[in-house]
Amino acid sequence: MKFSESWLREWVNPAIDTATLAEQITMAGLEVDEVVPVAKEFSNVVVGHVVECGKHPEADKLQVTKIDVGEEALLDIVCGAANCRQGLKVAVAKVGAVLPGDFKIKKAKLRGQPSHGMLCSLSELGMAESAEGILELPADAPVGQCVRDYLSLEDVTIDVDLTPNRADCLGIKGLAREVGVLNHLDVVEPQWQDVAVSIDDSKAIELSAPQACPRYLGRVIKGINLDAETPLWMVEKLRRCGVRSIDPVVDITNYVLLELGHPMHAFDLAKIDGDIDVRLANVDEKLTLLDGNEVALTEDTLVIADQSKALAMAGIFGGLYSGVTSETQDIFLESAFFAPLAITGRARQYGLHTDASHRYERGVDPELQARAMSRASALIVEICGGEAGPVVEAVSAEDLPKPAEIVLRRAKLDKIIGIHIDDEQVEEILARLGFTARKQDADWSVTTPTYRFDMAIEEDLIEEVARVFGYNNIPNTAPVGALAMADHQEARLPLARLRDTLVDLGYQEAITYSFVDPSRQSLLFPDADALILPNPISTEMSAMRVSLWTGLIDAVAYNQSRQQSRVRLFESGLRFIKDETAENGVRQEPMIAGIMTGKAHDEHWDLPSRAADFFDLKGDVEALLSHTFDLNNFSFEQTEHCALHPGQAAVIKHHGEVVGYIGAIHPQFEKKCGLNGRTLVFELELDKVVNRQLPAANAISKFPANSRDIALVVDESVESGKIIKFIQKIGGNQLVGVNLFDVYQGKGIDEGFKSLAINLVLQDTTRTLEEKEIADAVDNIVAGVKSEFNASLRD
Amino acid sequence: MQHLDELIATATKAIETVNDAAELDQIRVEYLGKKGIMTEQMKLLGSLPNEQKPAAGQAINKAKQAIQQALSQRKSSIELAALNAKLAAEKIDVSLPGRTQLPGNIHPVTRTIDRICEFFGELGFEVKTGPEVEDDYHNFDALNIPAHHPARADHDTFYFNPKLVLRTQTSGVQIRTMEVEKPPIRIISPGRVYRNDYDQTHTPMFHQVEGLLVAENTSFAELKGILHDFLRNFFEEDLQVRFRPSYFPFTEPSAEVDVLGKNGWLEILGCGMVHPNVLKSVGIDPEVYSGFAFGIGVERLTMLRYGVNDLRSFFENDLRFLKQFK
Repeated sequence: MKFSESWLREWVNPAIDTATLAEQITMAGLEVDEVVPVAKEFSNVVVGHVVECGKHPEADKLQVTKIDVGEEALLDIVCGAANCRQGLKVAVAKVGAVLPGDFKIKKAKLRGQPSHGMLCSLSELGMAESAEGILELPADAPVGQCVRDYLSLEDVTIDVDLTPNRADCLGIKGLAREVGVLNHLDVVEPQWQDVAVSIDDSKAIELSAPQACPRYLGRVIKGINLDAETPLWMVEKLRRCGVRSIDPVVDITNYVLLELGHPMHAFDLAKIDGDIDVRLANVDEKLTLLDGNEVALTEDTLVIADQSKALAMAGIFGGLYSGVTSETQDIFLESAFFAPLAITGRARQYGLHTDASHRYERGVDPELQARAMSRASALIVEICGGEAGPVVEAVSAEDLPKPAEIVLRRAKLDKIIGIHIDDEQVEEILARLGFTARKQDADWSVTTPTYRFDMAIEEDLIEEVARVFGYNNIPNTAPVGALAMADHQEARLPLARLRDTLVDLGYQEAITYSFVDPSRQSLLFPDADALILPNPISTEMSAMRVSLWTGLIDAVAYNQSRQQSRVRLFESGLRFIKDETAENGVRQEPMIAGIMTGKAHDEHWDLPSRAADFFDLKGDVEALLSHTFDLNNFSFEQTEHCALHPGQAAVIKHHGEVVGYIGAIHPQFEKKCGLNGRTLVFELELDKVVNRQLPAANAISKFPANSRDIALVVDESVESGKIIKFIQKIGGNQLVGVNLFDVYQGKGIDEGFKSLAINLVLQDTTRTLEEKEIADAVDNIVAGVKSEFNASLRD
Repeated sequence: MQHLDELIATATKAIETVNDAAELDQIRVEYLGKKGIMTEQMKLLGSLPNEQKPAAGQAINKAKQAIQQALSQRKSSIELAALNAKLAAEKIDVSLPGRTQLPGNIHPVTRTIDRICEFFGELGFEVKTGPEVEDDYHNFDALNIPAHHPARADHDTFYFNPKLVLRTQTSGVQIRTMEVEKPPIRIISPGRVYRNDYDQTHTPMFHQVEGLLVAENTSFAELKGILHDFLRNFFEEDLQVRFRPSYFPFTEPSAEVDVLGKNGWLEILGCGMVHPNVLKSVGIDPEVYSGFAFGIGVERLTMLRYGVNDLRSFFENDLRFLKQFK
């Protein structure tokens, strides 16, 4: 809500400057977004009278004028505005004036005619973005007076960002009340004379939906002059509140809206067929709105109707047909209370948001209709003339909102705020806010004012007392609580441990969006049925990720296109998998994933320069998994994965259960994903890799360990990992170490076979092993792999 | 005797000119070997009269010792020279970089979350997480935001359908926790939240840390106290802080907290006393217990702490950006 400071000060005028005022209302919960001067700086501009106005002899579009600015001599000024004419009161920038933008006015000659000053438009005075013609001042403007003084331009527009509970501050009246409370000042309301009822014309009003509209006031005003000018003081007030002047009737209803916070609507009386019915829309009813759009009304939409049709969407938007136009002579003026629940959500449903709907859905004072009607009628008759009929009021008293009765307990007040605020202070705050508080022992029985729709429970009152008292006046105290120790699980690895490991291995942590490009995702995961956002930021951000790879690949491509060729990133976060059996039909699983591309090492004076490959990444994954203290029970098995290179893809299992995947991105996707070169990825299901074995210490053997090397020749298709696992399994307790230290193919080994050199370490905890025992153990292992894998000892 | 002195002199001279361990050994053999010069001298003793033998023998032994000493000295110096030469050859340029993989970094957002969780964890707040695809009950209704509440419109919610959303706030974790735990409750809940808004100061995904304390006696003054402590620790300086009344349907009284930055006040978190309707919705009696809750904007805090200017840079994952957060 934008408002003019000087308008507010007509109601309540505390002796504080603008900055203090803005700070004060911000700290009361009405956050000031912006304070902007209503006009830019200018000087030496005065009210002038156009005494003569004639054509410029040399230029069609210019006029030569003589202007009286209250000095002895008239000023010769050449003016280009079409609306300049004799007799007009204008704003004259005299020689020596400085206009906004540091524009200095000097003596000049325009096409041979002297010009000693300039007649100004609103935009030249910094009061509007653009303007047609020069500013026309009222005929009674005093010649020679400084225009800044005449227009009271030492004023600012204050924009407050009101929270949805404070509908009562959507008008000067409510804002003034707040300022009064904060400064312990009474608020002075403007006074006016009710218009005299001079005609009998009226419309009967039927409340067919009394819950939605419990009060409706209507009045006929005939013979108004829509060509009347809205007075400058009103145009200026509207402008300073961010509202453009349209025509006098609209301006007046807007004025009342801003002043009292009460929406009004005017209909063209001639377009109303019979009497008024405030009812819900009929089946298949349509209405063309003031903006020209026709809408199909739903049956829960409240309308203002006549005997034959809907005229307006109540509290939201007027209808085109019944709207006031330049032809209108007689109007029917509406001042109504519509229940918030009848309006809430409706405007949005039609894609509308109006000043009226904004107020009605938050709550308009149900006792304010008569006053708003009186104010608007008086202004219309004053400005546009016309004859007013009687005010017809239809009311369903039982459906009007009732003021809440709330008990405010002293003990509760002190407990919630944490400080004791004196009775007198509590009572003044409540009284100035419009509450009626009756003391009952230590407590108060409080009746809320009708304009406070946000008051229902004790806490509502406590908040009012606290915010007016000032949050910054409440002390800061340390919370007191029981020192209960939470449950801890040593066997559960903290995510931070895994993150730190990857960081130490040279990875940067990334955070990518949880929604990805569906086409990119389905390229990599063609079978995935992703959750799709119906209203995304953009199509590229519309599919919930089924894997963290898509986002990480994008991040790599982003970096590669910025000369970063060596990239290692990881991310932890949820993936989203549709699953009927899961809560809300979606499994949200924490994952940890990484990506690697570019050189294995940064360019180094000694290390060989080579591209990172599968085993660089696998080593890092093994480092991660080693934290489980159960690495031997994880296996990497050749697999097929649609996103991965068919020869360089592995499924990672723990005791046979799939926990993740690792591999090189399928080369056919590299270009499509914007990748440059071999890119390796892994992804693990976090919950399956964070359970660690707790240490169970054994005594260290005092007896020597015996190391034996064997070289096995097997078919090249046999996975080495399976052989190692097998040896570990059959090796018995004495086999304390198995290490594959060489893989060889080539001379000496038949085509299609490979030689695996394996180091075996044998040791007993109770004695020194005999040579024969060692030999038997090795023979047993060799025999085992022979029968299992058809492996032979290399000659 | 003259003869022996000459021998010593000749031998010593020969020893001193040798620079090589093998040559030195040859000299040793020549003089002290089985067939060496000094051995020959001993053999000559037999031809001397008996009374001269002891003196002559002593003289020869002395000469042998002299030669032996010269040999030993020379050997040491040759070995030392050889060692020095070897060490000199092994000299390296110690300024060359070592062989290592330097560590990467934790994302600045995670870093801030970790710090926040640490501060509150030390006070007994337990870390809880919750789903990001959330039902409207936990994201709105249970938080006292019924359908059609104007606050719903302010949230720019991503809807999957009218009952299912991307959570707009971490506050839903409060509800999920209170549904299963009884007071006293102290939790802190970091995570991703989503709003349908994208410009220089808004990203459609960002992070919050939710905090909740429910106990028999807690107050707004305590909420202020803990948040002041937090902000002083987070920034490690006494920034000017203000509690500004605000409105959230799930707290009352409610406040927004601003800190005074270089360009004026910056809103960094929302907080308040848990609304009694919220406590009731999870079966906690608001007459017995009260609570406070706060929601911290992680990116805002991170920007202030580390001088980040563009919110969007948090999610571009540009290495040149990430590497600045050692």
